[in-house]
Amino acid sequence: MENEINVPIASDHDVVVARHKGRGLATELGFSASDSTLVATAISELARNIVLYAGRGEIVLRTTHNSNRPGVMVVARDKGPGIASIEQALRDGYSTSGSLGLGLPGVRRLVDEFEIVSEVGQGTTVTVRKWKG
Amino acid sequence: MEVPILKQGDILIATVQAALTDSDLLQLRRALVEKVVKARARGIIIDLTAMDVMDSFASRTLREMAHMIRLRGAETVIVGIQPDVAFAMVQLGLSMGGVTTALDLEEGLEYLHRRFTRMS
Repeated sequence: MENEINVPIASDHDVVVARHKGRGLATELGFSASDSTLVATAISELARNIVLYAGRGEIVLRTTHNSNRPGVMVVARDKGPGIASIEQALRDGYSTSGSLGLGLPGVRRLVDEFEIVSEVGQGTTVTVRKWKG
Repeated sequence: MEVPILKQGDILIATVQAALTDSDLLQLRRALVEKVVKARARGIIIDLTAMDVMDSFASRTLREMAHMIRLRGAETVIVGIQPDVAFAMVQLGLSMGGVTTALDLEEGLEYLHRRFTRMS
């Protein structure tokens, strides 16, 4: 893989580092400023979920291709408590941490592709892709 | 990254100068809520021109801060949210609730001065 950046996530400072690197990668690929901001915002939400729910984990940033369009792939991975009901977690207004609860449904609206795999007691992996517009 | 807070008459101006972490945001909230009373401020302007991302935590913290400041008798105006940042906020489903916003520092100051004139 030509471009893979691994950002360990364990604190709110790492959240800023991860979104900064994500924006850099998107800009490098020729994303508009607006789309780069969407990528950075999605990373910010995903990385914060790691800190909030799992304590630590990682964000992996990769360049990817869809026929002739470049894209950014973000993998947010943790070995935290996992999500019991993904369906519920993807509903607007749902949160178990007393926070705003817009996390995952909001992130899904910011990107083109969104996948989530989670197992209680094993952890959560969210993979999102955004293609160059 | 601490946010400098300047006093101009009865207005406090906090200018965010780089991306803020969650703890930076909480620290800013603490400092402003304290300073409102100490400085006997009636208006607060938070300039977000340099803020790279407004995610759910940042907008919630700023919204709560504005409400706390209102309870202390002063009004907050958020200025300088960049167009790309605003677009992402809307996509994410975030709003600033009932918090007043203005284009930039100049318009924020104008708004507060108009309010103060009307009130006195």
